[in-house]
Amino acid sequence: MVRYGDVAAVDGLTFSVPRGSILALLGPNGAGKTTTVEALEGYRRPDGGTVRVLGLDPRRDRGSLTPRIGVMLQEGGVYTGIRPAEVLSLFASYYDDPADPDELVGRVGLHDRRRTTWRHLSGGEKQRLSLALALVGRPEVAFLDEPTAGVDPEGRQLIRSVVAALRDDGVTVLLTTHDLDEAERLADHVVIIDHGRILASGTPAELMQSGTSEEIRFGAPAGLDVRALTARLGAATEEVAPGEYRVGAAPTPATVAALTAWLAEHDLPLADLRAGRQRLEDVFLRLTAEQGSAATDDVEGRDRAGRRGARGRRARR
Amino acid sequence: MRALRAQLRAELVLSLRQGEQLLVSLGIPFGLLVFFSLVDVLPLPDGVDDPVQFLAPGILALAVMSVAMVSLGIGTGFEREYRVLKRLGSTPLGRPRLVAAKIAMVLAIEALQIAILVPTALALGWDPSPTTPLALVGVVAGTAAFAGIGLLMAGSLRGPLTLALANAVYLVLLLLGDMIIPLEDLPATLATIAELLPAAALSEVLRGALTEGQSAGAQAWLVLVAWAVAAPVAAASTFRWD
Repeated sequence: MVRYGDVAAVDGLTFSVPRGSILALLGPNGAGKTTTVEALEGYRRPDGGTVRVLGLDPRRDRGSLTPRIGVMLQEGGVYTGIRPAEVLSLFASYYDDPADPDELVGRVGLHDRRRTTWRHLSGGEKQRLSLALALVGRPEVAFLDEPTAGVDPEGRQLIRSVVAALRDDGVTVLLTTHDLDEAERLADHVVIIDHGRILASGTPAELMQSGTSEEIRFGAPAGLDVRALTARLGAATEEVAPGEYRVGAAPTPATVAALTAWLAEHDLPLADLRAGRQRLEDVFLRLTAEQGSAATDDVEGRDRAGRRGARGRRARR
Repeated sequence: MRALRAQLRAELVLSLRQGEQLLVSLGIPFGLLVFFSLVDVLPLPDGVDDPVQFLAPGILALAVMSVAMVSLGIGTGFEREYRVLKRLGSTPLGRPRLVAAKIAMVLAIEALQIAILVPTALALGWDPSPTTPLALVGVVAGTAAFAGIGLLMAGSLRGPLTLALANAVYLVLLLLGDMIIPLEDLPATLATIAELLPAAALSEVLRGALTEGQSAGAQAWLVLVAWAVAAPVAAASTFRWD
């Protein structure tokens, strides 16, 4: 548990990450992701509970742990007037058996920018340099706090492939993200948290199967006559978000056929249709919405927009 | 050792790369020394008729204050602001080596300042007495005092606030520091306050050590040493790394 004043930022969070695997800590803004990671990195002393990294206490055994971990802060962390090549060499000097700075600068795609000072790098380039700095000591465990936040799609792709390659090298990775796609693609194990508590955890596949599959989701123009559709399908249909619909019925071919027939009769386009296996996003939205309504009053001053759902969050970023 | 050397080199490169830091640590002391030695407009203490005799030790004190308080304080303040200090906390560098590198950086820049300012003053006719060891003790004590003040700001205030405050304190101490204006030309109350501040104490200590037939009073040494102990202790006990 970690408290800020009277607010428990993280409470009763239990998980472990097997060596050589990637765990994604997933949650809306203010869920407690950074607090959790910082407790593991040794920046915060937990108010209760036990934190161990490689069997060591991140605060008490700091000296023996720092050579074995790599850290990427959510932002900053680099001298503003320094160049990528310089700071990588500098950080390399802290470790006994560092990675080759030249190779690393190429691995994160900054070869052409290695003589540009930090303050002149773009947001995505800064993130890639921070990632390289987290890896320069050849860590056994890498903590990456929102590694792709504010990065363009190409940069995201690069960062994800670098992180995925870490697993092949046997590095254990703990990353935080509020990008569901990223967690789904990259992680071996996903822990969904909100309000500092675990809502669900498992492999992406397990999580996606865990929800009720007794539903059909589809996208169509907003404001459909859901009553008429409910009557037609014989199953409750609701508009969960503008243009997003959920039909509370098993996705049998007959029901799906009835749905598409109704849409065809009304000359309505079908944006997308999902039946059975859910996407991680559906699981996430359902879990955070449940948690949000159950716990609306227990924490004040939180980022309420964080509960509005993944789409709103992505749009704001 | 490799990490310490690399850290020192980075600290030096970063500090010398910043034009405004060079201006404060070298440009201003050099400019004041040359200008007021050649243009005889400043009041001088009794018994001194060549401005450079009065100015040179004061400018050396100013140089120490510039690098130890202003450059170090502002630099460290922004490193904290941009979470560099926090990030270094999760590397094997460790605080002792980081602090050692910063101390070495300040001393190296002071050596550079002395290498430029002393020959300049000599060329302008300065005639120091060769009591160098005592002057070096003064420089070290002054460095500790001003670095403590700079880091006290850097470790507790936001970066931009440290920048503003360090520059303001620099200006006040320059005027009250017996560096270009003799204390005896200040109003009595102001002079009494100034004597308790580290700038005037360092000036007097250096002037006493470097001027023929003069020596600094016990009060100046006492004030300087008190600041040299109290300021670093205050900085260390209040310093926030993130």
